[in-house]
Amino acid sequence: MQKLLVKGNEAISEAAIQAGCKLFFGYPITPSNEIIEYMARRLPEVGGHMVQAESEVSSIYMLLGAAGAGERCMTGTSGCGFSLMQEGMSFLAAYELPVVIVDVARLGPALGNLDPSQGDYFQWTRGGGHGDYYNFVLAPSGVQEAADLMGLAFDLADQYRMPAVVAMDGVLGQMMEPVTFRQTDTAHLPPKTWAARGKKGGPKHDVVGYILDPVKAERSDIQRAARYDQIRATEQRWEEIALDDADLVVVSFGTAGRVARAAVREARQQGIKVGLIRPITLWPFPTNPIATALTQNAKGFMVAEMNMGQMVEDVRLAVNGRAPVYLHRNMGGSMPTTEELVARIRTLAGEVSVHA
Amino acid sequence: MMERMRLAGFGGQGIMFLGKVLAHAGMLGNKHVTWIPSYGPEMRGGTANCSVIISDVEIGEPVASRPDILVAMNEVSLRKFQPVVRPGGIIFVNSSLISGVPMRDDVTVVTVPVNDLARSAGVPGAINMVMLGAMLPYLKGVDRHLIEEAVRENVPASRQHMLDGNLAAVAVGVDAAHVPA
Repeated sequence: MQKLLVKGNEAISEAAIQAGCKLFFGYPITPSNEIIEYMARRLPEVGGHMVQAESEVSSIYMLLGAAGAGERCMTGTSGCGFSLMQEGMSFLAAYELPVVIVDVARLGPALGNLDPSQGDYFQWTRGGGHGDYYNFVLAPSGVQEAADLMGLAFDLADQYRMPAVVAMDGVLGQMMEPVTFRQTDTAHLPPKTWAARGKKGGPKHDVVGYILDPVKAERSDIQRAARYDQIRATEQRWEEIALDDADLVVVSFGTAGRVARAAVREARQQGIKVGLIRPITLWPFPTNPIATALTQNAKGFMVAEMNMGQMVEDVRLAVNGRAPVYLHRNMGGSMPTTEELVARIRTLAGEVSVHA
Repeated sequence: MMERMRLAGFGGQGIMFLGKVLAHAGMLGNKHVTWIPSYGPEMRGGTANCSVIISDVEIGEPVASRPDILVAMNEVSLRKFQPVVRPGGIIFVNSSLISGVPMRDDVTVVTVPVNDLARSAGVPGAINMVMLGAMLPYLKGVDRHLIEEAVRENVPASRQHMLDGNLAAVAVGVDAAHVPA
């Protein structure tokens, strides 16, 4: 397979097309613009369409319509654009429609700037809009992984009939790295028997998102909650390094996660017993490797993230008081350096060994 | 081996392309590489810069915030990035446009009059490729063969007539680099 040097935004766009995405609805915003540009150029070549809507509010509902008709479709946005889509994403959750939404996060709140940030973590992982729901959230740490996760995002969205968010930042979107696009089988996608594509003499298909009957509404919630529980049990994904004998476990995702990976390897070479859990699904959050680490040797956890401290709450929930959880945060669009993480790892590894 | 590079200059000096060729050559040599442009409002006026990393091992930090190698095509870039170069690093200075800037004594300074060299060679638009040639003897992650292959792959088919000029400019830079600065 040919290796190409492409930007993260272009890689996810091409990977989406190779996963069978035929329709893109969006509104331009940096640092996600290469996605809509790529789709405008490339989708017509494969018989697809890019539609530039008048706003993100409009594009998310175009997406709802296309998904309801059973098409593989997506959008890409950033910052305020992602916020404007939250009402529609709540509707997508209620209508149980599979779509893929890429958020190349800006540094917020408000207009913010284009520097890399993981400040959208809560919005990604807590639903983001009104009501009681979740989205799949996939968080790549490099351009190859971003390409690899797109097919998975569409598959998970289809399988569980819910939106999947691909969580990026400005660096991941703008950076070029070598990519090999892996073959995906789009010829055998399972039929969407529920999709509203016209009766054509067949059964009536309802794609309905609001339920006024209280009994049916409760039943719907219970069914969706059971699906979320099943996903939590079976769809957690993560990368781990050297957990077996780790005194200290670093938990870090995305751009911070790739720096943490280098830092953990460096610290290991210096003889420090440290391991890494890099969540790939932010929802469902990978609680399993945290539980495993606690039954092995883990005496403390260090969360490294590019925000004021958001994922640290999920780590604390998973650890549930059984070990101290420390936060290393980089804010204002700054990224951690390997040196600074190794220094913090050394300090904390010393602390947790003494107190254990 | 990990070479962290910052390439900086005016818009129009071919900084982004220089970075892409370097990263592409690294990829052709089966190295890990990253290329990141300065993006957003900072692109409008002032300096254009990009970050390139070529490495034998997986790259953690994607941006060369503390580079081993700096290419400064204009004075403002040199003044901005000279302080963050790692001790023992290399600074390539476009001496056609920069003079009189005090230089650190804990780095290697390579001065290359790329505008003059490119003009003399009849390729005045290819100052970026002259600089690339001058960098070559100092780079560990890529060699001349890979660089020339990367230049070929990065000149679009519609501009094949520019390929010879670019390759000639690389050769001019390589020759210049052998002259003691």
